[in-house]
Amino acid sequence: MGRFFLQRLLTAVPILLMVSLITFGLIHMVPGDPSAALGGLSATPAELAQLRHDLGLDRSLWVQLWLYYAGLLHGDLGRSILLGQGVAQATVQRLPVTLSLSLYALVITLLLGLATGIVGALRQNTLADQAVMMFAMFGISVPSFWLALLMIILFAVKLGWLPTGGYVPFTESPLGWLRTATMPAISLALLQVGLLARITRSTMLETLRQDFIRTARAKGLPGRMVVGKHALANALIPITTVVGIVITLLVSGSVVTETVFSIPGIGQLLTSAILNRDYPLVQGGLLIMTALLVLVNIGIDLCYALLDPRVRYDAR
Amino acid sequence: MTLLEVRNVTTAFATGQGEIRAVEDVSFSLDAGEFLGIVGESGSGKSVTALTVMGLLPRPPARVAAGAVLFAGQDLVALPEARLRTVRGPGIAMVFQEPMTSLNPVFTIGEQVIETLRVHERLSPRAQRARAVEMLQKVGIPSPERRLSDYPHQLSGGQRQRVMLAIALACRPRLLIADEPTTALDVTIQAQILDLLMDLRDELGMAILMITHNMGVIAETADRVLVMYAGRVVESAPVDRLFERPAHPYTRGLLDCVPSLAADRPRLVAIPGLQPDPAHRPPGCPYAPRCPIAIAECSRAVPPLDPVAPGHAAACIRADRAA
Repeated sequence: MGRFFLQRLLTAVPILLMVSLITFGLIHMVPGDPSAALGGLSATPAELAQLRHDLGLDRSLWVQLWLYYAGLLHGDLGRSILLGQGVAQATVQRLPVTLSLSLYALVITLLLGLATGIVGALRQNTLADQAVMMFAMFGISVPSFWLALLMIILFAVKLGWLPTGGYVPFTESPLGWLRTATMPAISLALLQVGLLARITRSTMLETLRQDFIRTARAKGLPGRMVVGKHALANALIPITTVVGIVITLLVSGSVVTETVFSIPGIGQLLTSAILNRDYPLVQGGLLIMTALLVLVNIGIDLCYALLDPRVRYDAR
Repeated sequence: MTLLEVRNVTTAFATGQGEIRAVEDVSFSLDAGEFLGIVGESGSGKSVTALTVMGLLPRPPARVAAGAVLFAGQDLVALPEARLRTVRGPGIAMVFQEPMTSLNPVFTIGEQVIETLRVHERLSPRAQRARAVEMLQKVGIPSPERRLSDYPHQLSGGQRQRVMLAIALACRPRLLIADEPTTALDVTIQAQILDLLMDLRDELGMAILMITHNMGVIAETADRVLVMYAGRVVESAPVDRLFERPAHPYTRGLLDCVPSLAADRPRLVAIPGLQPDPAHRPPGCPYAPRCPIAIAECSRAVPPLDPVAPGHAAACIRADRAA
């Protein structure tokens, strides 16, 4: 297991290299640079040139790339131009916000997605199945920002139950966190719920047709054991793959959700970094997020090994 | 003593083209400790008969349209699922044709044997483990203690079928239904499993209902044989009698199909034609269209399963002349 883990960590290195190269290339390809945002509208061309020189932006791209990688090798992600703060520090500060929100949304996704998917499979082609799948289709089709706006109008503006936006850290006030995080988490989760519900339903249907399910019933096991143990333990293997994708989608979806609900997380940080061409912050922030998602994927692979004994023995 | 009595059972499946009767008016009985074989081609209704007895057919589309399955005096067809569950395992156990896929790949062998005990019997964990080891030993799994923590993919097909048997035997059932238990196995392993089945029958005193399409397997194991064709029982006889004096032309056709090394049978004989489509069965004897001795009267009514000798019955109006 340890060796497996190390191997996977090693394969992460080229991934991170690629991602850093792509982000570097993309952000430098976008017209404009940080001097415009930093100097403001009133800055003269001479002042802008001076700013560019100070930031090292007048050097060739190759030199800038070299300096960026040299910094990375020393574990230095650079300083944010706009915030005047270390990139690592700025990102890590906002990480708990995005992570807690994503985790909340993941819990909603798993509970609702698995439950509706299993109900759909067990009651295949009944009214309950159709209702559940309609709900899933609705979740997949509705844009999350639109749903977020509708929820704000209904629950915050009309009913006044929840605040329209903002964020209270869980460590400060769990109830405050719940009040501010619930609507964002739901709007973030709904698409994934639909996705997971559909996959769970089809996987369960497939699994319930297997010979070993007939064996389990022939043994005289009660229905809840046949479904909850024998079928689910097998269905969870493909479902885990989808959960890995769901986590990635939740983190990337937080960019939009955090903007709509004005939540100071990574999504919002990166959005403003991109808009202001804060090169180091975009590069560093994305690199940290990529590293995180690579770790999530390694975690998913470890889950396979836990769920499927065949993987455990093959992965030596 | 009669352990199982299947009385005029008809099992139907709802399909897009209306209801299809996979098993029609099937009756037979099985004494405690008896070894009954059911033979027939694919689609003759053997497996559906077995699954009807177990109550394992998905409902819908399947339903028992008529008849009763009496096991130790209880009608299993009328029993609610919760009660039926207590019969499966300690009453009737079943092993299937596909040992490669019949075990759950994500649980250990031990868990899959012990689980049955946990549901049906109140035993301490230690006693459960001991019983599992005992059963694995009985079915001929070497060093069973160590196998308990193995997963199915670590075993061969023959060993998996032995494990399936151990699971089936765990609660010491009174009847074991074996649906083509050796079809998917190598010939040498087949013989081992069949020997094992007969030994276990003698040792545990359970009855066995074995389904197969292999006449050779039946000849070696069964006390009595049912021959099924197109959803019906066409002949029922003690095994020796069936092989010596088959009364139904279909049975004789089946016996002719068995490859022989004898010099007087140089070529393999096949029964011409196909089993009738269950949605469009002919009005009279279902075998009439393929039967070499059919007469016009055969197509008028389904012939009843009538005795031709003590303990021997055939559903053929020309059985006397055929025999």
